Amino acid sequence: MAADARISNFGAKAHIALNDPKLRANFRRAMDGLMSKRAAQFADPDEWTALRARGAAIRARALAQLPELLERLEANCTANGIQVHWAETTQEANAVVLGILQAAGAKRVIKGKSMVTEEMHLNAHLEGNGIEAVESDLGEYIIQLAGEAPSHIVMPCIHKNKAEIAELFADKIAGLAYTENVDELTAAARAALRGRFADADAGISGVNFAVAETGTLVLIENEGNGRLSTTLPPLHIAVTGIEKVLEKLADVAPLLSLLPRSATGQPVTTYVNMISSPRKPGEKDGPRAVHLVLLDSGRSRVYGDVELSDTLRCIRCAACMNHCPVYTRVGGHTYTFTYPGPIGKILTPQLEGLDCAGDQPHASTLCRACADVCPVEIPIPDLLVRLRTEAVKPSAAAAVKGGGSGKSRAESLGWAGWTLMYGHPLAYRLATWGMALVGNWLPASAPMLKQWTSVRTKPKFAARTLHQLAREKGYGHE
Amino acid sequence: MPDPNRPKSVYFFGTCLIDLFYPEAGLAGMDLLRREGLRVVFPDRQTCCGQPARNNGHQDEARAVARLQLDSFPGDWPIVVPSGSCAGMMKTHYPELFEGTPDHARAVAFSARVFELTQFLVEVLQVRLEDKGRPVTITWHGSCHSMREMGVVDQPKALLRQLANVTLVENPREMECCGFGGAFAVRQAEISAAMVTDKVISIEETGAAQVISGDCGCLMNITGAAEKAGKRFTGRHIAEFLLERCHGR
Amino acid sequence: MSETPRARILARLRAAPRRPAPERPHWEPPAFGAGAKAKFRAMMEASHADVHEVTRADWPDRLRTILANKGVERVLYAPATLAGAQLASAWGDGNSPRLMAYDRPVEEMKEVLVHQVQAAVTMARGGIAQTGSLVLWPTADEPRLMSLLPPIHVALVEESAIGDSLAVTMAAQGWAAGMPTNAVLISGPSKTADIEQTLAYGVHGPKELIVLVISDEAK
Repeated sequence: MAADARISNFGAKAHIALNDPKLRANFRRAMDGLMSKRAAQFADPDEWTALRARGAAIRARALAQLPELLERLEANCTANGIQVHWAETTQEANAVVLGILQAAGAKRVIKGKSMVTEEMHLNAHLEGNGIEAVESDLGEYIIQLAGEAPSHIVMPCIHKNKAEIAELFADKIAGLAYTENVDELTAAARAALRGRFADADAGISGVNFAVAETGTLVLIENEGNGRLSTTLPPLHIAVTGIEKVLEKLADVAPLLSLLPRSATGQPVTTYVNMISSPRKPGEKDGPRAVHLVLLDSGRSRVYGDVELSDTLRCIRCAACMNHCPVYTRVGGHTYTFTYPGPIGKILTPQLEGLDCAGDQPHASTLCRACADVCPVEIPIPDLLVRLRTEAVKPSAAAAVKGGGSGKSRAESLGWAGWTLMYGHPLAYRLATWGMALVGNWLPASAPMLKQWTSVRTKPKFAARTLHQLAREKGYGHE
Repeated sequence: MPDPNRPKSVYFFGTCLIDLFYPEAGLAGMDLLRREGLRVVFPDRQTCCGQPARNNGHQDEARAVARLQLDSFPGDWPIVVPSGSCAGMMKTHYPELFEGTPDHARAVAFSARVFELTQFLVEVLQVRLEDKGRPVTITWHGSCHSMREMGVVDQPKALLRQLANVTLVENPREMECCGFGGAFAVRQAEISAAMVTDKVISIEETGAAQVISGDCGCLMNITGAAEKAGKRFTGRHIAEFLLERCHGR
Repeated sequence: MSETPRARILARLRAAPRRPAPERPHWEPPAFGAGAKAKFRAMMEASHADVHEVTRADWPDRLRTILANKGVERVLYAPATLAGAQLASAWGDGNSPRLMAYDRPVEEMKEVLVHQVQAAVTMARGGIAQTGSLVLWPTADEPRLMSLLPPIHVALVEESAIGDSLAVTMAAQGWAAGMPTNAVLISGPSKTADIEQTLAYGVHGPKELIVLVISDEAK
């Protein structure tokens, strides 16, 4: 089912990232900035509490009625003149998009930022079929020039500093002299992309919210490339995961008050683009045809488990990764797949399978910083534990792809031993008495202790346990 | 005026880390409660809250061990815990751990009685502390679970601020995880090492002579790293620290 | 028959356990009362938009001065709108700046839009104080690209149409009853922070946004 054969290798990739001081500095600085900007926006705790409760309920409501709302969305979009397509897999979605483009004779595509199309590896598929796809969002344009994947879902080139971007531009943009001046770099990108909007045969975008009530696609952005990509070319194709649907137009308001403030600490994005139809008779601009592709790709399976389907509430604000101490230190590429950070750690194993990404739910201390800032109250740490559980003991309904793939005989034996010791008072007191006696003789190089002592001294076993001392001091009796 | 709602007796849940590595902190916790006039009982059959198993996905094993704790604290008294992490496990996760089992009602009742130590000292006992110790500069490390599962953010600092000769310096990176995370320290040892290194640096930058914490997992992690790196500051569990200050040690 | 992707996806969703649809808990966006215009202005200016308070009678002259000072020579306008008509009447056939009409489909307007006009003037259906946003409601008479292609976008908004928040404005203006082809909220000139989180303006959309807030009183 999965389009690619990639496997997550969190530890190995983290090792590379942790030993790249420039990368660590870039991320540390960027995340610190994003955290303080967000904090400034949500300075009023009562407002935050009420707003996120509203946001969570809106998303939960939409998910509770997902099939009906998708049908309503389709009906209203269709009535408005938007052609709706459904795709179960990313391969199918790629085929649908390709089909639409080929039918229109499109050879050049201009793209607005869309994580779903990253999930699909759409650009590669189009290039392979002789269709050029140019990214118009500055961050995406930069990583496209560099031949890299995005490392953050809102700020795709956050892992690069000014000097690195300056070098990239000087290298890849014809006639541009080396400059680190941000205004000059921006102007260069604007000039390079200007002609592309006008020449493009089609524009492809994502969707932030799809409103069932009115058949409206809501796209938010700061640069204007999204509006250009969806207005200038004669054809617009919008792609979205099936979970992005909202019940009512009014639901957009609280979510819009949550997303930009959570993501970048802005009160609102420069543009909030609400598209409901292609160019109507008499109108002078806009695409003649608008298509909406609804992608499943594992989401319906996530939906099948009530607890895990909270994952689908996500509005892709990236606040979770901005606050994650793990993400800050290793950056987005460590996560291998499209979605990094805490949301990635719960979504990727469900979409790709625990057999491919089983190490991701464990790459967390469960510190809960993410849950604290999630604008739609996704209980990420609890879902991480749920996925850890599915990996060793899959639920009866086989909720997650690759469930049970994390089971190991050694680990099972280990926990059986642990239960024997900690589940029986006598065994426990005996074992702890023994550890107090000889524990300090354990060499620092012993398995597991070795990892600990790489940067810490050995823990010191006390000579007497608290159980022993408590009894002596008269705390033992009721 | 004695508060009629003030309990006369409490249970103490020591935690397995304190049992093996920081028993003095456990004793200090019980002493702090006893000197407020409470009867403190440490049930001998207690072992571990079960969090390590839960966090690693082994719910059956966690449940088996948690059930022993449900059995070991039978009376209706508050259960005071010198760890936000273990308190959080028992308070927020025991009910869901036993959902759909005959022990569910018991687990819910049990979790309602769980308090983190500083939370209990401040909110229930409203302790007033007199500082008999010499001037010292300290900084606080709030464990993630303490802050985010138990909502214990200011209570420990409120206690520390009562001590006249103690200067409490705020660490701007106080809210950042120290990288312990139980098995995480082994599974993703390099990331854990990076996190604790950053935490140690941030503590050193406060200029504090001691870092005080309410969680021994964090303490073991931070002081272990500080010691290995040759840092000057030491660490202490808040129960030990408070008791020392009260006795002028 | 569960043959199409659509049918299979919907079938899987319907086979899932039902879960309750929670009620929307109470939430109120902020209200600004008499301070709405000031809030609107402050938010706009914080986003690098230029805000001018004008009267219904004097705005075309004020605008001519503003644009002349910027060296703007050609301005795109929508002749069939109220603002367009007022502009044409006030500026006449003069040359500083010169008015050019967006009165044909874009396919015939590319040269004008991309290479000739330096500014465009549109109306706004309303404003939002909380976020400093304009509500643009493009129509056949006032096409979408006006507020997007030229480097300077001038928007006129009635002071009385500035609402406290998006929620209130949506409800007051009855958006759910019928959305246009494309409605857009504009909250400043185009910008990005993709390069080392440093703000830069005029990336792809207009580099400048000039907002004329119209009231009937002289200022």
